[in-house]
Amino acid sequence: MATKSALGGSIRRREDPALIQGLGQYVDDIAPVGTTHVAFARSPYAHAVINSIDTSAAAAADGVVAVYTHDDVAHLGDLLAQVKIAKGRPLLAHGKVNHVGEAVAMVVAENAYQAKDAADLIDIDYEPLKAVIDLKESASDAALVHDDLESNVLVAWEAGPFGDEEGIAATKQTIADAKARDDTVTVSIEAVNQRLFPVAIEPRSVLAEWQEGYQRFRIHSSSQIPHALMGVIKTTFGLDANQVHVTAPEVGGGFGVKLNIYSDEVLTAFAAKELGRPVKWTETRREAAGSSTHGRGWVGTATITGTKDGEILGYELDAIADMGAYEQNLSAAIPFLGLFIGSGQYKFPTHWKATCVFTHTMTTDAYRGAGRPESAFYLERVIDAFAREIGVDPVDVRKKNFVEKFDEAVVSPIGFAVDTGDYATNLDKLVEVSNYEELKAERDAARAEGRYVGIGVATYCEVCGFAPTALSELGFSWATYGLPAGFYGTGLVRVNPDTSVTVVTGTGPSGQSHQTTWAQIVSDRLGIPVEKIRVIHGDTGESPMGIGTFGSRSLAVDGTATFDAAERVATKAKDIAAHLLEASSEDIELSAEGASVVGSPDSSIEWSEIAAAAYLPYRLAESGIEGGLESHVIFDPPNATWPFGAHLAMVEIDPDTGDVTILRYITVDDCGNVINPMIVAGQVHGGVTQGIGQALFEEAVYDEDGNMLTGSLLDYPIPTASDLPFFELNSTVTPTNVNSLGAKGIGEAGTIGSAQTIVNAVVDALEPLGVKHIDMPLRPKRVWAAMQEARS
Amino acid sequence: MEVSMTVNGREVSGDVEPRTLLVHFLREDQRLTGTHVGCETGYCGACTVHLDGKAVKSCTILAVQVDGANIMTIEGLASNGNLHPVQEGFWERHGLQCGFCTPGMIMAAVSLLEDNANPTEDEIRHGIEGNLCRCTGYHNIVRAVEYAGAKMRGEEPPPPDWEEGS
Repeated sequence: MATKSALGGSIRRREDPALIQGLGQYVDDIAPVGTTHVAFARSPYAHAVINSIDTSAAAAADGVVAVYTHDDVAHLGDLLAQVKIAKGRPLLAHGKVNHVGEAVAMVVAENAYQAKDAADLIDIDYEPLKAVIDLKESASDAALVHDDLESNVLVAWEAGPFGDEEGIAATKQTIADAKARDDTVTVSIEAVNQRLFPVAIEPRSVLAEWQEGYQRFRIHSSSQIPHALMGVIKTTFGLDANQVHVTAPEVGGGFGVKLNIYSDEVLTAFAAKELGRPVKWTETRREAAGSSTHGRGWVGTATITGTKDGEILGYELDAIADMGAYEQNLSAAIPFLGLFIGSGQYKFPTHWKATCVFTHTMTTDAYRGAGRPESAFYLERVIDAFAREIGVDPVDVRKKNFVEKFDEAVVSPIGFAVDTGDYATNLDKLVEVSNYEELKAERDAARAEGRYVGIGVATYCEVCGFAPTALSELGFSWATYGLPAGFYGTGLVRVNPDTSVTVVTGTGPSGQSHQTTWAQIVSDRLGIPVEKIRVIHGDTGESPMGIGTFGSRSLAVDGTATFDAAERVATKAKDIAAHLLEASSEDIELSAEGASVVGSPDSSIEWSEIAAAAYLPYRLAESGIEGGLESHVIFDPPNATWPFGAHLAMVEIDPDTGDVTILRYITVDDCGNVINPMIVAGQVHGGVTQGIGQALFEEAVYDEDGNMLTGSLLDYPIPTASDLPFFELNSTVTPTNVNSLGAKGIGEAGTIGSAQTIVNAVVDALEPLGVKHIDMPLRPKRVWAAMQEARS
Repeated sequence: MEVSMTVNGREVSGDVEPRTLLVHFLREDQRLTGTHVGCETGYCGACTVHLDGKAVKSCTILAVQVDGANIMTIEGLASNGNLHPVQEGFWERHGLQCGFCTPGMIMAAVSLLEDNANPTEDEIRHGIEGNLCRCTGYHNIVRAVEYAGAKMRGEEPPPPDWEEGS
């Protein structure tokens, strides 16, 4: 394969040789001598009083080192949550349990088998209470989830414009006036955006050691946010930041479930400190269903009012978002992320509202897209329904209502400034590359044969790359964790004395390829080949401060900081070379070999000489240049980034079974400038697949009593290879103007665009039957039933 | 109980509880941590190893069941520092992101190609459907297996398809 080190090259990944040989190191692979293992006794009830806990049999069991309940950890307080409005989680249940899977007691034993055996011996006497599971029932406050709170509602996010009550009232009036007109059509869809499990294939795992001599924690955690964990541990235990060293080694998928701080992490650290031994906990898949955060979980009604020729005069969303029983890291901030993009790519007046409520279920928080897939889903489903109602092609309706191309920030109907956009060009490209008109003819021909073939299109506007530190006032920081640090980016680039390069970044990958992409960024500035560049990530001991990997922010924010740091190092290297060559810095150019004077190839020096001068500063005497060859940049973006795109799916439904087959899946994503097309393609593949998973297969189900019915991967099917086609990827490039890379972010785009694309396609396929909507997941049984009902 | 077997060409033995899963014997006793545990119910396939030449899920087998058997894990796949063509395919075609499912996926793909040297796309997809990946959407995994199959047949692998419109 061609290896092109500059930006834009699809070079092979630097991280792969270890991983394809089984030599990568994930948390559960680390086993210091004397490691003990944790298991939890967890609630089988959604809501119950704990009358008593008898740990005596567990404490006496083989291999057991310690057993802890709430009383042992009460002094540590509740689990800290960054965006806490009403109710944090107790580290271990306190008097009551509020969801199935809540940890009640903790066992530490010599091995994991013994720990699980002993956890089963803990005798807990429960008195079950009525559980609040249904979202509308919760929002009505007919029964309270927490009897010490006055309402189940945490907050209702409303726009637009956000934060402008008079403006919102005016928007509502505008929409009401439009509805009252004789020449308008109003279409509503009530839809579920169902609760999901993120399902990182690596279960969460944490290993903690307390170094008594140094009064210091050493913690490894499968985390997207090791610095935030450091903050929680240091605050919970009353330590300084420099007494807690957290590393996230290889992280086997994140998708939001590891963008959180968990009670098991704090409890494992607690036990390590108490016992003076390494303590490890690794979740089981069934545990994950009950005690790792879930995503989505909305019900809502979306309404469009517009003219019969497709001009949309108003969009309304009234949704309820399930927060579960306790708030954790971001909780109610997740629907708020959906608010940001509530009006999508469109210019019409938008009244958007999501009410966040408690239920007796596991906490919901970020899952790939985090609020934005839900928001885009409702908007793009109801636009499709509106287009169908007025008999205008859904592509034409969308184009008619787009915000026009803009190179400077434009304020959306929701009230936020969007960086750059060119939506019509993007959708035009989808029409072109998909041969949309031919596809429609194919569909119609199939339909004439009695087959159920459909085409679905959806567009999205994303927001990511968080964020300006000014947004810390909205909670975008780790301030609650004792780290008043906004969501800036950090990058440190150092040319070492031997001319190898060490890069330290404030975010860490869970598959996103930082090791490769960051090396390309630095190589582009310095000329030093990627093979000599090594990236350190996810390590609070190495990185000055870091925020973490989430919200498609790594490249746009920390990547930019790294790019800017590399630029500064390049400038210094040129200054040193100019000094040694007795030339002017402006005339120096860098390459893999070293530095040379433009136009005078004989006048050159090697990197080894530049590095030597940097680390033997006497050679720089009288130049005014300081020793060393490194730079550390903090980048505070002036705005988030706003990627966008358009997706198309063609599906066929088997009328005998209701089974949906995806015939084609075509994307045109615009994430601004691209560093490595291969890696971007991989992100789109995976992102789209998770949206397809939501559309067709996945649903985390609680019954009305709060029992978890889908606790294994058998009951919770995620897409397999045989469920999917090859994806057909395309792009437009509209660089952002908020960072020097011009990159917007691509981690979540596929997921934000795809679920509604599939549902629109299925509804299109069933148009001959008059089916207007089916709630996800569109499993065969549900589709088949909808077809039968429509026929009868 | 005493158990002994050949793992990656080496004779190993250990004293295990009868309930010890093969995957735990490999990971904990032998410290071969390339074989991963993703679900402990045989569903995700991250724990796939070769038992007497066939791909099996090592979280569904007790260590004592395979006394005397020949086991190969991901760590034993490359020979003399040379990657197996399937490993090479995963590297060349970006068949992995987080890498957690990768060892099991590679072991399953090796077994698939040993059974069927020239599989169709459909046969590849069905051949690895017992192994779950959450990162890649399988697109580049299928491409990686196609690459490896071509290499093993002595053919030129098809070019990558991540550039615009391909």
